[in-house]
Amino acid sequence: MNDYLSGLGSLVERYDVLGAFWTNIQLTFWGALIALVLGTVLALMRISPIASLRWVGATYVNILRNTPLTIIMTFMVMGVWTALQLQLADTFESNFFRLAVVGLAVYHAAFVCESIRSGVNTVPLGQAEAARAIGLSFLPAARLIILPQAFRGAIAPLGNTLIALLKNSTVAAAASVSWETASTMKTMIEFNPNYLWGIFAMFALGYVILVIPIGVLTTWLSQRLAVQR
Amino acid sequence: MSASVLFDAPGPRARAWTFAGNVLGAVVAIGVAVWVLIQLNAKGQLSWDLWGPVFSTRTWQYYLLPGLVNTLRAAAFAIVGSLVFGLLFGMGRLSQLAPVRWVCGVFVEFLRAVPVLLMMVFFYGLFGVLLPGVSDKAFLAVVVALILYNGSVIAELVRSGVGNLPRGQREAGLVVGLTEGQALRSIQLPQALVAMLPAMVSQIVVVLKDSALGQIIGYQELLRAGQIVYSGDGNPLQVLTAVAVVFILLNVLLTVVAHRLSKLLSSRTAAAPLEGTGIGNPTAVAGGSRV
Amino acid sequence: MRKHTMGLLAMAAATTLTLSACGGAEVGGESEGEETAAGGEGITIGIKYDQPGLGLQDGAEYTGFDVDVAKYVANELGYSEDQITFKETPSANREAMLQNGDVDMIFATYSITDERKEVIDFAGPYFVAGQDLLVAADNTDITGPEDLEGKNLCSVTGSTSAEKIKTDYAEGVQLLERPGYAECVTALSAGQVDAVTTDDIILAGLAAANGDGNLKVVGNPFSEENYGVGLPKGDDRCEDINAAITKMIDEGAWEDAVAANTEGTDYTPNADLNPPTPEACA
Repeated sequence: MNDYLSGLGSLVERYDVLGAFWTNIQLTFWGALIALVLGTVLALMRISPIASLRWVGATYVNILRNTPLTIIMTFMVMGVWTALQLQLADTFESNFFRLAVVGLAVYHAAFVCESIRSGVNTVPLGQAEAARAIGLSFLPAARLIILPQAFRGAIAPLGNTLIALLKNSTVAAAASVSWETASTMKTMIEFNPNYLWGIFAMFALGYVILVIPIGVLTTWLSQRLAVQR
Repeated sequence: MSASVLFDAPGPRARAWTFAGNVLGAVVAIGVAVWVLIQLNAKGQLSWDLWGPVFSTRTWQYYLLPGLVNTLRAAAFAIVGSLVFGLLFGMGRLSQLAPVRWVCGVFVEFLRAVPVLLMMVFFYGLFGVLLPGVSDKAFLAVVVALILYNGSVIAELVRSGVGNLPRGQREAGLVVGLTEGQALRSIQLPQALVAMLPAMVSQIVVVLKDSALGQIIGYQELLRAGQIVYSGDGNPLQVLTAVAVVFILLNVLLTVVAHRLSKLLSSRTAAAPLEGTGIGNPTAVAGGSRV
Repeated sequence: MRKHTMGLLAMAAATTLTLSACGGAEVGGESEGEETAAGGEGITIGIKYDQPGLGLQDGAEYTGFDVDVAKYVANELGYSEDQITFKETPSANREAMLQNGDVDMIFATYSITDERKEVIDFAGPYFVAGQDLLVAADNTDITGPEDLEGKNLCSVTGSTSAEKIKTDYAEGVQLLERPGYAECVTALSAGQVDAVTTDDIILAGLAAANGDGNLKVVGNPFSEENYGVGLPKGDDRCEDINAAITKMIDEGAWEDAVAANTEGTDYTPNADLNPPTPEACA
């Protein structure tokens, strides 16, 4: 047992497992940031009174949300970078990293958009009517009444999207980011099949440790901030 | 619907503004589309030499359709398997026995936290050790990983579906003399299942999309078939677009079915029908106003 | 209500059964009559599907030098052509697919190395290639691996050729890893990488099939790659396979296969090393 653990320990160093997790955390961070911005813009488009913007937003969401992320990632490298020759950085390493971030962001932006929209939908019609009744016009009503409640309603789905994004960052493997966790685990298992269980347990545990706090935090936040109705 | 929450009935001036915005939005959208086409053309990506092979019978007969069959096959097994798994573990999480509840809870939460791709890679390695004689281990690994992940999602759906029922449903059952277990099985679960159906159809979208991960462990599903095609014809952008379109059409179809189903079923259950989000985290919907 | 739900469940189950009855689809070929991988009626052989001249899926057919050798050897082992099931073995999955029993043997430009010998067995070699570089036809500044310093290079995931350049020749080379060589050639044709590296015979086939005359093999091989037949560890067919390879070479069928599969390229195998003599089995 001790031999097994120390063997596993030396593998962790040889294959830089911590570095791999750090890569996924970075992918998640930047992906989430861009997805949040893009998703918010899309959500605004989808709830706006302007039909053409609503249509663009809906089309974007329906296309991106129904495409496998693996295809988007492959497309980033083979379509965007190879065929369209769009280069995002000078060195290959950061180029593929950024392509993967963009791939993650455009995919998850569709889900961010839907999360925010579902938050808006939790606000009862009476709230908007009451706001107008006391004389607030559209912008003040949105700022003071609708959006604060909508944001609270969107916390739980946004948290779920963040968790999905963290797990999906492993798909960066398809975008030539070969130093992230899934690729690292695959190589480790291939060359050290006798440590199969240990290697998987280690990576799985890593994700559990990363995911659970996000889940607990968003549940706590959404309950604490829930609007009593 | 959301528009009615946010906006007053527009007056003549607001209508003029909306119209102007509408035109401007359309112009910008069309402009972006045209710009993309110009860029594609400048890189020679619109040439028929590249697009032609995508539409040839040979491409579909020998590569993409067999790949699609493999994708659907994996998805079908995975969805039925995860239904069984989800029902068992969902009921386990609602059990009267604390240890059962606890074990099922830990298991489900663990499986929901681990990326599907890691599970596929692991099971691919594991089946190599466990099932030396069986061919097509990549298929098995894809299916088992999808079952464990989506099954745990469905288990959550079962739990939240029951939780979303009005309390009176269970109480009425107890009043007429049913035990807790009987009330769960004959009153709560059937209604929860009906409410869940649309979400389960949406879950097929997740399964279909995730089956494309099988490509990474060498399962010859639709995406891998597409890669073999563009390896020969040198047209990755075009083939990937075609493959993506197939996935999108399938998934949009499923989403429409899910939506219709949820409308159809709303009169058959005391709970609000759940619709999945397509990302595999049903609590996004279950966490709505009814909780 | 319960009946209703059960009915839907049953319907879903029935759909699955129908689909499963169809069995898996073989991308690129009919899978009728396929038996289990190990033993039994047929034999499952791993090849590449995306390497013109070596192992290529062409509609329902498989072509290339690896495929020809595989058919010859399988025939000598007592399998007729319709008992052979070909399966794709991408570079990154070869060891795993042998260990897992997904395939019985592999003919897929599989270089014999000590590292691989630790996890699988090899028969052969049946061909000796050398690592080389594929560049644009008008490229004059890359004549060998030393010139790759600061350049962009593409190779496939799970192959050792790129690592070798990085450690032995040019430390400052930037690496792109893709699942197949053809994707590398696409990137090279698009000008996003300066060179693609792998064995010369593979590069020649790629250049002939995808390059439209715009690509050339540098022609300065800097390694010796002995293509072996990948076998699961402890497999007892090594001797028979070696005998078959020797027979193929003696009969002249080997030479015919090389000629037929390199037709249209300006590639000729290194005559000092080819045809090789199979090594003694472990």
